Amino acid sequence: MIHKKLSLVAAIGLIAASAFLGATPALADETTTAEPPRVELVLDVSGSMKAADIDGATRISVAKQAFNDVVDALPETTQLGIRVLGATYGGDNKKTGCKDTQQIVEVGPVNRVAAKNAIASLKPTGFTPIGLALREAAKDLGDTGSVRRIVLITDGEDTCTPPDPCTVARELAAQGAGLVVDTLGLTPDEKTRKQLVCISTATGGTYASAKSEEELTDRIKQLVDRAATPPPVTPAVVTGAKDCVEAPLLSAGVYTDRELISEHRFYRVTVEPGQELRASVSISLDRPLNRDYGVLLKAATVNGRELVRGVDAGSGRADVLSAGLRWSGTEEKENAEAEENNSASEEETTTVTAEETTDVCLIVSNSFASPTAAGEPGMPLELSIDVVDASQAPDAPGLGRGFLLLFVLAIAGLVAGVLAGWLTRWWVATWREN
Amino acid sequence: MRITQLAGAVGVLAALAVATPAAAAPSPAPGVSNAGTSFLTAVAINADQQVQVGAVTGDYLYWSFGAVAGQRPDLDITVALPPSTDRTGSQSWTVEVFDGLRRRQACVAGEQNPVAAENATSITLGCQLRQVRSWAEPWDGDPLPGTYYVRLSSTELPEEDLGLPVDVTLALALPTGDTGADQGELAAPLVPNNKPGKVLTTPAAAASAAPGTEDDEDGLFSSWSFDWIPDFSSRWVWTVAGGALAAVTGLIGFSWTRRRRVA
Repeated sequence: MIHKKLSLVAAIGLIAASAFLGATPALADETTTAEPPRVELVLDVSGSMKAADIDGATRISVAKQAFNDVVDALPETTQLGIRVLGATYGGDNKKTGCKDTQQIVEVGPVNRVAAKNAIASLKPTGFTPIGLALREAAKDLGDTGSVRRIVLITDGEDTCTPPDPCTVARELAAQGAGLVVDTLGLTPDEKTRKQLVCISTATGGTYASAKSEEELTDRIKQLVDRAATPPPVTPAVVTGAKDCVEAPLLSAGVYTDRELISEHRFYRVTVEPGQELRASVSISLDRPLNRDYGVLLKAATVNGRELVRGVDAGSGRADVLSAGLRWSGTEEKENAEAEENNSASEEETTTVTAEETTDVCLIVSNSFASPTAAGEPGMPLELSIDVVDASQAPDAPGLGRGFLLLFVLAIAGLVAGVLAGWLTRWWVATWREN
Repeated sequence: MRITQLAGAVGVLAALAVATPAAAAPSPAPGVSNAGTSFLTAVAINADQQVQVGAVTGDYLYWSFGAVAGQRPDLDITVALPPSTDRTGSQSWTVEVFDGLRRRQACVAGEQNPVAAENATSITLGCQLRQVRSWAEPWDGDPLPGTYYVRLSSTELPEEDLGLPVDVTLALALPTGDTGADQGELAAPLVPNNKPGKVLTTPAAAASAAPGTEDDEDGLFSSWSFDWIPDFSSRWVWTVAGGALAAVTGLIGFSWTRRRRVA
């Protein structure tokens, strides 16, 4: 200990080492959960893709060329599949035409030659059953726990509604965590654009339009690149309760849930004395909503006394709305420490702390409003919880600053000097007399 | 354990550099050409790193960076807009910064949400945060050491203008202010604990064991440590100068009381 104090270098090393060690567990977690993401490209090969309106080339030839470029540029680790819709049935029977979707490349490590051959043989033919294709694509990707992304490329709206592909997308997103649909419109008209925007918003994906081959290739590459870096964690699914008593008890980590508009969801976290609770919540805006909205994360005791709240509000376009809070029961810590010191000799510290444990209720609520889609499934909610050591409140500063400090010290010195001088004179005078 | 703020800064920065392998650590090229699409997938960036990302209008782009106490994060963003022939109206963009708990952080300088006219070719955004404090009350929203998230998005634009390609350039600077401005230290930086959650049936007793033993150790040696010595800062200069000044004025005061006579 003494050596450590004496040596500045050693201390720097220790700080660096402890910071390093502190960071390593998180790193280990990241690597263990990082499964390769699974991506499926869903391509519309319906009759309308014959239109030759992209720089003189047909839409399908542009899409094929873009796919070839993308397949060439894919990273080795990507698990990619390709599904087409409207590729085989050329007749007029809507019932048959709306079942026309096939997977032409299975989801897995990319076999470039096979994928290119499959793409080359495509001919624009039939209907546009987007809803069904999305359902099937979700099945193709399976539910392996890793991130799943669908990239939907189409030039026209769904010709097979119902089901409305937007509703299908919301259902699919609600069924399993981590399904995202990115949409790409090839020279889209207004209806197609609205539908694609709706699909991507419902799943937390993005929408882009492409008016040239270059734009299309760039965008698909962007999407595949983004999919290639998986999130550091797959959130655990949890269902919040209606009150604190029945609320699920959560440990530190990331969770996902669904919350209806104006619903309150309760969760419980155990916070030991001397610990600090950190919580944050994000609610995704996955549907058309009224302009202004807010989200409230509240920490309360089991009895309902509010401890602290985190709140955020917004208006207009947004993907998520987040709030966070910190809370530590410092008073309770001091009490607990005093008790621990008293009973330290009796080796009963563990039981004492266990009794002192406090459960904190986390309440997530929102003030969203939707003119159309307020019902099930609820809006996606992401809850992140951490429990760390509480931070000590600092003492008052031991050092000073500013000209006032200098002035006070100077005056104090002056007065002390004068007093010392008088004292010396008096003492010398007295000493001389005696 | 705070000897100098600098040492802490070096340590944390080193740890951050190690803890972000997702940001293409193996390649020596420091440029970043990617952005995340959510808080969890935010792409880590460092100060003075070239960030150039292709995206489309309507995208929500996320980046994350680490900051330590005393730094004043400063973001400078340029968005090259789609050709004005494709656009039908003005669009407003916004850059928002959140801390590790996803709490919104105020920008004290910079154009946070500018509006681009229909014929503008590019738009510039900026956000400077308050100086990161080393400690704050749990009930307080001040910027603290840890992770920060940047979100760039177009907030209001004509629906027809969604999905058009844009090019985003971002620069992050982390100039350091007076590190001694604050007292106190955060026990753990605001870095999100990214591990899958686990629903418990009984209270977790084991979780408290590790911090508990640490506390004991600290308690045993706290009387020996030099923790109470503040980090070097301007306060040291002022205080030492004040002491010297007091000594001088003390001598002056002493000299006033002496009878001036020839010895």
